[in-house]
Amino acid sequence: MGEEHYLELCESPVQFEHASNVNNVFFDEANKQVFAVRSGGATGVVVKGPEDKSSVAFRMDDKGEVKCIKFSIGNKILAVQRTSKSVDFINFIPDYPHTEFTQECKTKNASVLGFCWTNWNEIVFITDQGIEFYQVFPDKRSLKLLKSQSINVNWYQYCPETAVILLSTTVQGNILQPFAFRNGTMSKMSKFEIELPVVPKPAKLSLSERDIAMATMEGACKKSHVLKLNTTGKFALNIVDNLVVVHHQSSQTSLIFDIKLKDPDCAVNTHQPVLPARSIHPYRIPLSGVGDRSVKLPPTVNLLQDKGKLMDFLLRRRDCKMVILSVCSQILEGGEKGSLPVVATVFDKLNQVYKEYLEAEQTYTVAMESGPSRGSAAQKRPVRTQAVIDQSDMYTHVLSSFTERKGVSHKFIIAVLMEYIRSLNQFQITVQHYLYELVIKTLVQHNLFYMLHQFLQYHVLSDSKPLACLLLSLESTYPPAHQLSLDMLKRLSTANDEIVEVLLSKQQVLGALRFIRSVGGHDNVSARKFLDAAQQTGDQMLFYTVFRSFQQRNQRLRGSPNFNPGEHCEEHVVHFKQLFGDQALMKPSTV
Amino acid sequence: MASGMQEKQYTPSLLSFFVYNPTFGPREGEEEKKILFYHPSDVEKNEKIRNVGLCEAIVQFTRTFCPTKPAKSLHTQKNRQFFFEPEDNFWIVMVVRNPMIEKPNKDGKPPTVEYQEEEILDTVYGAVVRECYSMYKLFNGTFGRAMEAGGVELLIQKLEKFFYRYLQTLHLQSCDLLDVFGGISFFPLDKMTYLKIQSFVNRVEESLDLIKYTAFLYNDQLIWSGLEQDDMRILYKYLTTSLFPRHSEPELAGRDSPLRPEVAGNLLHYGRFLTGPTNLKDPEAKFRFPKIFVSTDDGYEELHLIVYKVRQTSVELTRDFCEQLDGLVGPQLTLLASDICEQFTINRRISGPDKEPQFKFIYFNHMNLAEKSTIHMRKTASVCLTSVHPDLMKILGDINCDFARVDEDEEIIVKAMTDYWVVGKKSDQRELYVILNQKNANLIEVNEEVKRLCATGQTEDCFTTLRTVSVAGYHDSISVMQ
Repeated sequence: MGEEHYLELCESPVQFEHASNVNNVFFDEANKQVFAVRSGGATGVVVKGPEDKSSVAFRMDDKGEVKCIKFSIGNKILAVQRTSKSVDFINFIPDYPHTEFTQECKTKNASVLGFCWTNWNEIVFITDQGIEFYQVFPDKRSLKLLKSQSINVNWYQYCPETAVILLSTTVQGNILQPFAFRNGTMSKMSKFEIELPVVPKPAKLSLSERDIAMATMEGACKKSHVLKLNTTGKFALNIVDNLVVVHHQSSQTSLIFDIKLKDPDCAVNTHQPVLPARSIHPYRIPLSGVGDRSVKLPPTVNLLQDKGKLMDFLLRRRDCKMVILSVCSQILEGGEKGSLPVVATVFDKLNQVYKEYLEAEQTYTVAMESGPSRGSAAQKRPVRTQAVIDQSDMYTHVLSSFTERKGVSHKFIIAVLMEYIRSLNQFQITVQHYLYELVIKTLVQHNLFYMLHQFLQYHVLSDSKPLACLLLSLESTYPPAHQLSLDMLKRLSTANDEIVEVLLSKQQVLGALRFIRSVGGHDNVSARKFLDAAQQTGDQMLFYTVFRSFQQRNQRLRGSPNFNPGEHCEEHVVHFKQLFGDQALMKPSTV
Repeated sequence: MASGMQEKQYTPSLLSFFVYNPTFGPREGEEEKKILFYHPSDVEKNEKIRNVGLCEAIVQFTRTFCPTKPAKSLHTQKNRQFFFEPEDNFWIVMVVRNPMIEKPNKDGKPPTVEYQEEEILDTVYGAVVRECYSMYKLFNGTFGRAMEAGGVELLIQKLEKFFYRYLQTLHLQSCDLLDVFGGISFFPLDKMTYLKIQSFVNRVEESLDLIKYTAFLYNDQLIWSGLEQDDMRILYKYLTTSLFPRHSEPELAGRDSPLRPEVAGNLLHYGRFLTGPTNLKDPEAKFRFPKIFVSTDDGYEELHLIVYKVRQTSVELTRDFCEQLDGLVGPQLTLLASDICEQFTINRRISGPDKEPQFKFIYFNHMNLAEKSTIHMRKTASVCLTSVHPDLMKILGDINCDFARVDEDEEIIVKAMTDYWVVGKKSDQRELYVILNQKNANLIEVNEEVKRLCATGQTEDCFTTLRTVSVAGYHDSISVMQ
């Protein structure tokens, strides 16, 4: 097997002319745009984004070297920084004046480190002495200071998704101060400290922006996590599909960390990479490229030996369903010795997620049914992620083909099926009928009727009408199936008609009659059906008894032993007379 | 009876037991060759030959009336003989002396002996003979197999070795209806615990290739059998009436030493082998297990019986290997045992306090061999104690014979001499026998009472309530004996 890559660039990376002394390249993380500025803009600026339509090309006057260039959200206003004191703006809104306008930073003697757009018309200047939050009025070609804050800044980082700016303060740079921006307001968040491995003396800047990456991840991560890189050098961080990807520059490999994956061997928040280091899938890029990375799941399967951990890992990924199902198939097909405990663990992990979804779904349904009276707006229908692998998924993609595989011992097949049923039961999930059918089919194929019998005895295969019918069909090969089936129908207590049919078909007419009496259905039952069956047995006394029993019923119900024309028993009356004579017929009682 | 005259009662006892094959000595003067085993061995040769010849003649004679079903038993005043042909031309015969009462006579005359020839039941002792063969087969394979392997000499040797000991364990006086059924008592268990056991058994079998089949028992009751029903039936009999009692007796004796509490996470467990080595740490330990023979699709296979026990739970594992098993099974089984134990206590609680109930019953289902008896006390190696008078047991046996005669569902109610009512019900493949102690009740009341009992579900095998489908409230036949 060749080198397996689990990271790849997206299918259409942004391509641009590579940087040179005439061509400056800038990347705006917020809009994912690449700016290629030729000769200070005089010979053209080409902007390319992840989507083709966000590409823009224009020209601007060369007023000095461009230090930073970014569009506001929606490409409305372009901000260009050429000096350390000011930022220039150009309107890109049609019908607005195109002439550049400039804003100098308010703080005296401060130099602008950079700027970030927080909205289409709101911008933050970060200077070495603080931050300034402005609103831009493109029509008036002016800015209005909304708020400012003085603080010594070494460097900053901006997270566009959350509009949070992180400032590095103090001499060592390891006290980080976040600010959040929203709808024209600026709020200071609580600062935090990054522990330095070695405290330098005398104090000097020890933490750089390269050491920090900001990202949003699902769920609350209250404490920070420690990622064990086990190597030194320059790193860059990315977050892909809730995974922390650390790119190691010198070895040109990337490490993946899943901070939700708990490693029992390490302290609570210390993480080892989940997968061995691999480079990003090589991609032939003719010029230079930047792209969104994505995690390719199938190759991870072989790199992670611990299948339980692998499941934990896969269950938290976006497009995991088919990969998980194929891992299940793979474990089963391997048929390695001692794989049952692994199979059990995997099933338990899948069913845990499945159960959580079912519960959420049920809570939602109950809330919906109880009406929109209280806080129904808050009730959101639970999202069914790909990680929810239900019984039909397992059946269709894994179990049915597995049971038909040649060369797998039936013992193992049954063990796996029972393991899955055990796991479902453990999470109190109702087992679907087709799984039982699969078990029965496998047992019957191998003549393991006694096993089947024991499973049914202990109600491992839950009662149902289809199951009872299936058992009835097995009677010819395994006679006790008849008893099992009848017992099951009896327990169901909704299958009285079926029981009567079964008994009649076995010519147990008296049994059927007794049964229907015991459940109080005697009055409504079709006499014809019983008389037919009794007549078929050829047992005259039996026919007499059954006939008499219905005459008595008629007497009790209608005051006359005669059958109603609607009951279509004329032929039976004739038959009775033939056998026993007219006198034997019950006479209507006078009482 | 007049005072001072001591009557002496004798229970049925084994007079002789022999195995023969008429084809082995067809010519005159060679009769002795027919005899493969004879108990008691000290009987004079000619008498042996005479007895065997008589049996041969009776079977031959009755065959003329029904070629497929020759005589099964011969009733005489003093004894009863049972014939059984387990394999072609191989016959096992058991002669049982009828129970008798010895009445002392005045004037120093020898006491009069009164044989009670109708007191013993063909079905019961017929079943005992068949069981003798099944037990032999379990440990030795068929007669034919021994013949193939080593001719008559080997067969004689094997028969001698097996039956010499086995016949000593036959307690003919305490044989009853349960021997006819040869049932298995199942342990009632909830689905989840049962699935856990399944999971455990599957894992053990998967990781230890040598294990071919597993049976799982708790408290002498079966929970799971990987063996086929017939093999399990006889193995169950061996385990519950022979192996377990033999091992539980010393266990009970040493009861004062309390079990040490479990240490969590430790490999400490209570497992031990009932067959094979008693102490694994002992370097001298011999790793030898009894061999057993079980049926397969084509003939028989020879396996080793390994019985491993944790507290009340035991697992029978067949085939060879050991420390591995101990390490793997021991701790897991200890955990499972406490799970099951919990269930056991719950079951107890549901069934209510242990007070003497107004009725006793035996239940048997032919389909799964499930049996349940509140008449029998705990089985021990020596005797099977019943809590009712033998007369009542005899009535149960009689009812069972009646049931066996027809396929139809039946119900029989009997008033016994001792004012007990005995009710037998047969429905589909199930049989229920109830003994009621209600002296003044009439037939209708007894019927109602039994109906009520069935409805409470106390008389169920642990899986289904006795199906009232075709039993309740209807009598095909009622016989009252006073």
